[in-house]
Amino acid sequence: MTGVLWALVLVPAAAGGALLAAAFGPARFAARVERAAATSGVAVAAGVLALAVAAAVNGPRVAVPFLAGEPLALAVDGLSAVVVVTVAAVALLVLTFSASSVRSGRARFTGLMLVFVAAVLVTATATTLLGLLMAWEAMGATSYALIAFGWREARAVASGTTAFVVTRAGDVGLYLAAGAALAVAGAAAPGLSLAGLAALPAPWLHIAAAGILAAAFGKAAQLPFSFWLSRAMDGPSPVSALLHSAAMVAMGGYLLLRAHPLLVAAGWAAPAAAWGGAVTALVLGAVALAQTDLKQLLAASTSAQLGFVVLAAGIAGPGAVGAGLAQLVGHAATKALLFLAAGAWLTALGTKAIPALRGAGRTYPWVGVPFTVGALALAGIPPLALWATKDSVLAAAREQSLGLYVVGSAAAVLAAGYSGKALALIWRRRPAHPAGADTGAVTGYDTEEQGTRVVPWLSRIPLIPLAIGAGVLGVLVLPAASRALGLDPPAVPDVGELAVSAVLALAVTAAALCWPSRLPAPGCAASWLHLERAADAGIVRPTLCLARVLARADDALEVGVFGMGRAARRAAAAAAAVDRVGVTGAVRAVAAGVRRAGDAARLSQTGQLHHYYAQAVVGLAVAVLIVWLAV
Amino acid sequence: MMPVLIFLPAAVAAVLLLARVPDRAALLAWLGTSLATVGISVGLWAAYLAGARKGADGFAFEVKVPWIPGVGSSFHVGVDGLSLPLLALTAVVFTACAVYSLRQGQRPRSYAALFLALQTTSLGLFAALDLIVFFVFFDLSIVGMYFIIAGWGHGPGRRRSALLFFLYTFVGSLALLLGFIGLYVASDPHTFDIVALAAHPPLTGPGPAGPLVLAAIALGLAIKTPTVPFHTWLPPAHTDAPAAGSAVLAGILLKMGTFGFVRIAMPLLPEQWRAYAWVFIGVGVASVLYGALVALAQHNFKRLVAFTSVNHMGYILLALGAAGLLGDDKAREVAVSGAMVQMVSHGLITAALFLLAGVLLDRGGSYDMNRYGGLAAVAPRFAAVTAVAAFASLGLPGFSGFIAEFQILAGSLGPATPAAAVAALGIVLTAALMLWALHRLFLGAPRSQLATTVTDLRPRELWAIVPLLAGSVLIGLYPQSLLDVITPAAHTLITMVGR
Repeated sequence: MTGVLWALVLVPAAAGGALLAAAFGPARFAARVERAAATSGVAVAAGVLALAVAAAVNGPRVAVPFLAGEPLALAVDGLSAVVVVTVAAVALLVLTFSASSVRSGRARFTGLMLVFVAAVLVTATATTLLGLLMAWEAMGATSYALIAFGWREARAVASGTTAFVVTRAGDVGLYLAAGAALAVAGAAAPGLSLAGLAALPAPWLHIAAAGILAAAFGKAAQLPFSFWLSRAMDGPSPVSALLHSAAMVAMGGYLLLRAHPLLVAAGWAAPAAAWGGAVTALVLGAVALAQTDLKQLLAASTSAQLGFVVLAAGIAGPGAVGAGLAQLVGHAATKALLFLAAGAWLTALGTKAIPALRGAGRTYPWVGVPFTVGALALAGIPPLALWATKDSVLAAAREQSLGLYVVGSAAAVLAAGYSGKALALIWRRRPAHPAGADTGAVTGYDTEEQGTRVVPWLSRIPLIPLAIGAGVLGVLVLPAASRALGLDPPAVPDVGELAVSAVLALAVTAAALCWPSRLPAPGCAASWLHLERAADAGIVRPTLCLARVLARADDALEVGVFGMGRAARRAAAAAAAVDRVGVTGAVRAVAAGVRRAGDAARLSQTGQLHHYYAQAVVGLAVAVLIVWLAV
Repeated sequence: MMPVLIFLPAAVAAVLLLARVPDRAALLAWLGTSLATVGISVGLWAAYLAGARKGADGFAFEVKVPWIPGVGSSFHVGVDGLSLPLLALTAVVFTACAVYSLRQGQRPRSYAALFLALQTTSLGLFAALDLIVFFVFFDLSIVGMYFIIAGWGHGPGRRRSALLFFLYTFVGSLALLLGFIGLYVASDPHTFDIVALAAHPPLTGPGPAGPLVLAAIALGLAIKTPTVPFHTWLPPAHTDAPAAGSAVLAGILLKMGTFGFVRIAMPLLPEQWRAYAWVFIGVGVASVLYGALVALAQHNFKRLVAFTSVNHMGYILLALGAAGLLGDDKAREVAVSGAMVQMVSHGLITAALFLLAGVLLDRGGSYDMNRYGGLAAVAPRFAAVTAVAAFASLGLPGFSGFIAEFQILAGSLGPATPAAAVAALGIVLTAALMLWALHRLFLGAPRSQLATTVTDLRPRELWAIVPLLAGSVLIGLYPQSLLDVITPAAHTLITMVGR
C-alpha cells in the first residue's frame, strides 16, 4: 500500500506544478488551461481525499534515502490519519468554493493551492525532521504566493512577505533542531527521526525542544508571532479558509502534538508550550473581541483557538494529545466554514467590515445559517464541536495546573463573546435605505471590491458539510471514537465541567447577542497589541538601519580601495619627483661638492716653499695640541 | 580524456582568433564546444560512478606529464568527488552563457574566444593536482576575466573596475604563490605535487612556518572567494561586467577560491587548519551576515545579487571551518558535503540570477529596482523565472540551495554551536531581501514609464536560464544525483583533516 502514500503527496504536487507551469506557457495553451483549472483542481482534490481515506485506513509507511544517510520517510499513523483526511476534505471544499469565487488567475491559484496541499500532506506524514522541514518551508513559500495572489496590490505583497519572513524566523528553529539531532555522536544517535528526538542527550535535547517550539509558535501564529496572521488576511478568503484554519497554522499545533514526548522529556518545554498556548488563547481572544473587520476577528480567533491545541501539547498527563487533536480537527471545520462565509459575503457585498455586514445573514440565509452554526460552535455552545473538544483540553489541563485551567476557561468565555458579537450583527435588521440607494457610501458595501450581490450555488454547497462538521466533530472526544481511530483517548471532562462551560458560553453569547456594541474593545487589542509595530520598531527598522550603515561603510571601503590605487599612482609620481629632484640632484650635488673640494685642495698646492713650511708648522701645532689635550 | 576536456575550448579559441571565422559561426562554434564539454562531463560522471580508471590515490582519469622537472612540477591532473561536480558545473554554466550570448553583437569572435579560453582555465584549475598547474590556471583566469570586463563591460567605470579586479585578485594570487613556495620548501623531497604533499603533509610540528604558509594561502583564496573583508573587488566588477561575464565570474571563478580550500589548504595543512579553524568560522559567519545585510540595503539589482554571493560563500567557510573542529565525524562530513553542494548550487542559481539581471539591463537600461515595479504585468515569464531563481537563492526546499544550507547549518551546529546558530539568521535575511527585491521589480504598481516598456523573456534567454534552474531543482529533489559523488570525497577530506 506504499503506492497510496506516494500518490497522496505526489498527485497534488505534480498537478499543481503542471498547472503553474502551464500558466506561464504559450498563450493559447495557457488560456485553455485557465478555463479548465478550477474543474481540474476540484477533481484532483477529490482524488486526494479518496487517497487520504485509503491511506488513513491502511496506515502505510514509505522511505527513500535522501541526504546525509538520512531517509525521507513518510508514514500515516493514528495522529496523521485524522489530520490527512481533515486537510484533504477541507481542501476539496475550499477548491469547490473557489471555483466560483476566484475569477482571474485560476490556473495560478489552483496550482499554488494544490502544491500547498501536497506540502501540508508531507508535513503531516513526515517522520523525520528533514521531510518535515522541507514541507514546512514549502508551505511557507506557497502561502507567500497565495497571500500575495493579488500581486498588483503593494499591501498584499508586503503582507505575504511579512507572513513568510516571520514564519521563516521561526523555521530557523527546525534547522537548529536538525543540527542538534545530527550533533550526537556514536551508535546511540537517533538520526533525524522525529520520534527519536526525545532520546537526545542533555544540551542537544534542549536545543531541539527550543527549535521545535519556535517553529511551531511561528506557524501557529502564537504570541509573539501572531501579527503575521493579521497581515495574511489581505489574501483571498479561500486562502484563509484553507491555510488559516485546517492547514498551515494548524500544522504548528500539530507539530507540537507530534513532538509531545520531546517537550515532556525536555522538562521546561512542556510548561512553556502550555502557558504560551493558554496566554495566546486568552490575549488573542481579547484581540478578536475588539476587531471590527470580520476576517480580522476570525484570524485572531484562529490564534486563540490554536492556543488550546498548543496548550494541550504542553500537558504531560494522559489524554492531552488526543484532546488537542480533537480541538484541531473541530476548529479546522469550524474556521474553514466561517472564512468561506466571510469570503462569500465579501464577494457579494464587497466588504468584510462587521458594521457593514449588518443583516447579511438575512439577505443570504444560505450563508447566514451555516455561519451561525460555525459561530455557535466557536462560542462553545453545546453540543457543537468546540464545546466538547475545548472542554476536553481544559480537563486535561486541570489535572496538571489549576492556573492553566482558569486561564483557558477565561479564554473560552472570550470566544463566546466575540462569536456572539459577529452573530448579532449578521442577523440584525438593516436600517431601511431609500430605494436605489444601494451604493457604497450609504450601505458601507463595495469598500474592498465591487460586490456581485450574488452567492452562487458553488459557493453555498461547501458550507453545508463544513457546518455538519462543526456540529458533530465533538464526537472525537468520545472514547469509542478514539478507539475506532486507534488514538490515545482524549481526557474526558466530568459532567459538572461540561455543564458549567455550557452555561457560561450560553450566557456570554446571549449577552453579546443582545448588546454587541457594549463589548469591551480596548485600542491596543484592536491593533493586535501593536505587535507588528513593535516588531517593526524593534527588529525590522534596526536591521534595515544596520544594513544601510554597513552598505555605506562598504561603499566607503570601495572608495578607499580605489583610493589606494590613486594613492599608489601619486606615490609613484612623488617617487619620480624625488628621483628627479632628490636623487639625481643629490648625485649632482655630491659631484659638484667633490669638484669644489678638489678645487679647494688644489689651493694649497702653490709650489712655493714658504707656504709648505707654514702649512707644516700649522699641522705640527695641531698634532701637539691634540696630543696635549689627549694626555 | 582529461587533456581533451581541458584544452578543447582553448584549441577552438585559438582557431577562432587565428582564422577569420564569420561572427555567427564563431558563436555557434562556442556553443558547440561548450555542449561538447557538457557531453564529456556527463561521460566522465558516468564512468566515475562506475569506478572506471580510478587510481590507488583515489583520483580517476589521471594524467601526469613531466613539465618543469627541475622544481618537481609536472602537468598533473585528475578527477575526484570534489572536482567532478565543479567540472560539470563549469561545462553547464559556460554552455548557458554561450546560449545567452548567441545574439552578441559587439566583436563576437573575440568574445567567444575569450570565454572559451576562460573555460579552459576553469576546467584546468578544477582538475589540477599540481600546485604550479593550479597557480597558472588561477592567474590566467584573472587575465581572461579582466579582458571580458574591460572590453565588453558597460558603464563608464568598466576599465577601472576591471583594473581593480585584476590588481586585487592578482595580489591574492601572489600570496597564494608565496604559500605554495612555502609548501615546496618544507616538503621532502621537494615537490609541488598535490597528491604527494597530501600523502605526507609538510610543516608538521610546532613553529611559525605552518601558520604563515596557511595564512598566505588562505589570504589568496579568501580574496578570490571572496570573503569579508576582501570582497571589495566583487561589486564593481559585477556591476560593470557583461551578463555572461558576471555569470561566469560568480558561477565559476568564485569557486576557485572555495575549491582551493578543500583541494589545498585543508588536506595539505591539516594541523594548521585544525588550529585556526575558528578563524575561518569567524570569517564565514561574518561574510554570511555582512553579505546579507549589505545586499538588503542595495537598490541596484546586480549589486544585490553580488552581495548575496558573499553571503553564500560565507556558509562554505563556516562549514569548512567546522570540519576542522572536534566533533562527531558524521556531522562534520555533512557540513563538508553541504559546502560542496553549495559551490554547485550557487554556481547554477547565481549564474541564472546574473543572466536575468542582464535581461533587466537589456530591456530597461538600468539595474535600479526603484525604477521598475509591476513588471509581472508586461513580462510574466520574466517575473516567474526570476521568482523561481530568487526562491532557489534563498534556500527554499526543492532547490539545491536548501540541500546545501541545510547540510551546512545542521552539520556545523554540533562542532560550532554558537556560530551555526548565528549564521542561521542569514536565511531569514536572504528571505527578506529576495522577496523585497521581487516586490520592487515585478509586483505592485509600475513605478515609472520605464516599467511599462519591458518585454518578456525571449526563447534564447529562456533556454539559457531555465536549464540552470532545472539543475537546481534536480539537486533539490534528488540530492543523491550529486551526493553519490560528493559524500565519499567529503569523508576522505574529513579523514585527511583529522590526521
